[in-house]
Amino acid sequence: MDALDVADLSFRYGRKEALKGVSFHVAPGEFCALLGPNGAGKSTLFALLTRLFVARQGRIAVMGQDLQAAPRAALARMGVVFQQMTLDLDLSVARNLAYFGALHGLSRREAALRASEVLERLDMAERAGEKARDLNGGHRRRLEIARALMHRPRLLLLDEPTVGLDARSRAAITAHVHGLARDDGLAVLWATHLVDEVTPSDTVLILHQGQILQRGRAQDIAPEHGLAAHFMALTEEPTA
Amino acid sequence: MSPYLRAMTAILGREALRFLTQRERFLAALVRPLVWLLVFAAGFRAALGLSIIPPYQTYITYEVYIVPGLVAMILLFNAMQSALSLVYDREMGSMRLLLTAPLPRWWLLFCKLLAGVLVSILQAYAFLAIAYFYGIRLPPMGYVWVLPALLIAGMMLGAVGLFLASTIRQLENFAGVMNFVIFPVFFLSTALYPLWRMAESSTLLRDICAWNPFTHAVELIRFALYLRLNLEALGWVALTFAVFMGLALWGFDPARGMMNRKTR
Repeated sequence: MDALDVADLSFRYGRKEALKGVSFHVAPGEFCALLGPNGAGKSTLFALLTRLFVARQGRIAVMGQDLQAAPRAALARMGVVFQQMTLDLDLSVARNLAYFGALHGLSRREAALRASEVLERLDMAERAGEKARDLNGGHRRRLEIARALMHRPRLLLLDEPTVGLDARSRAAITAHVHGLARDDGLAVLWATHLVDEVTPSDTVLILHQGQILQRGRAQDIAPEHGLAAHFMALTEEPTA
Repeated sequence: MSPYLRAMTAILGREALRFLTQRERFLAALVRPLVWLLVFAAGFRAALGLSIIPPYQTYITYEVYIVPGLVAMILLFNAMQSALSLVYDREMGSMRLLLTAPLPRWWLLFCKLLAGVLVSILQAYAFLAIAYFYGIRLPPMGYVWVLPALLIAGMMLGAVGLFLASTIRQLENFAGVMNFVIFPVFFLSTALYPLWRMAESSTLLRDICAWNPFTHAVELIRFALYLRLNLEALGWVALTFAVFMGLALWGFDPARGMMNRKTR
């Protein structure tokens, strides 16, 4: 069973078509990089996948659970890291995790156990008592990833999670999430416009002007170090 | 504990923690009604004579008259403040976290609303305590009776705020709307003057005041403080709550409302 199955998804803002018949799937353990330039429709797709918006056409299923027909079951199986930071800066790392755990129905004790587990996984165990405000950008992002794992989802959605981070933090977060897919069998959909975050064995989806232009393994789509040029050529806007 | 109650406890706990860490917000919310009570009411005491009107059984001073209105003012400002923070949360993204929790959206919004109301009730009681030491003594049981009235009135005003938050996309627009909402709602009510006083200057204004749901929230609180139930006010407040809560849920519905429109 696919962790994420999107079929014929379309969405429009008034008369402007933001997504046109988008179809793809992500299998358990697969790291799928959703590449698209600004305005390609990535954020709209994420809003639909997280049910912030509801599409009038198409179907989204998470681990076989239809997002429209069974939203709670589908949402319970996905973890989300939004592009904008969604931490409560006045709360400690542990309290941020406990709050989220409670929203997902975890008891206090269970949430505390899971919090230690995910912080350990993200190399942040020693920061549990720190205020989120005192963390640097990279650690805040890691905390958001840890939080998204609290309810043990099978699918992890990340919308441009490295925006605004320095090169070292970007590399660390990218490596961590690749590890989650490889070692824990988590399905990952990682939206980005930075091709250097993609490894050769990742699946690549190229989204442009609301349509999927290409889907395949990075190493099959373009030769080593050639993905950037391929992506640019594919998504080049015609000059007037 | 059911997932519903767990989420509610978490949302209430988070709001309580916020309240404890933001003492300035608490003090600022008290300053406004205290200025009205200690300065405005003292000045107007001589100018405004009040006849005996229900629920009062004797002549009262102007300070005594405006206390329920100022309590309602605390609820009103807090409701708008909560709505503003909802718009902020939505712009900043943290609202998304709440709305992607695997619980019905109406429940999550209801918990958020309740959390804001409970904080404003604490502020209302702090104000009543200060008023007590200033010399405004209410029937002792009135302090207990007023609790459900504060809860219902607070929920109604919170629902209006939630509706506004669901219809307004940008923070900057919200500040303007707040001024357009708070001031007419407050001044066109019985918070500062009774209806018969308003009728002396204009029957139209009196009618507007009589229709204003905030008037009914004020009267519900006023009567409860004197151990009386104003059924008409309760009915209006409950109806207004139901209408605005319904509209707010519609606004936050992912399939229909404003959440579906692109924020630019």
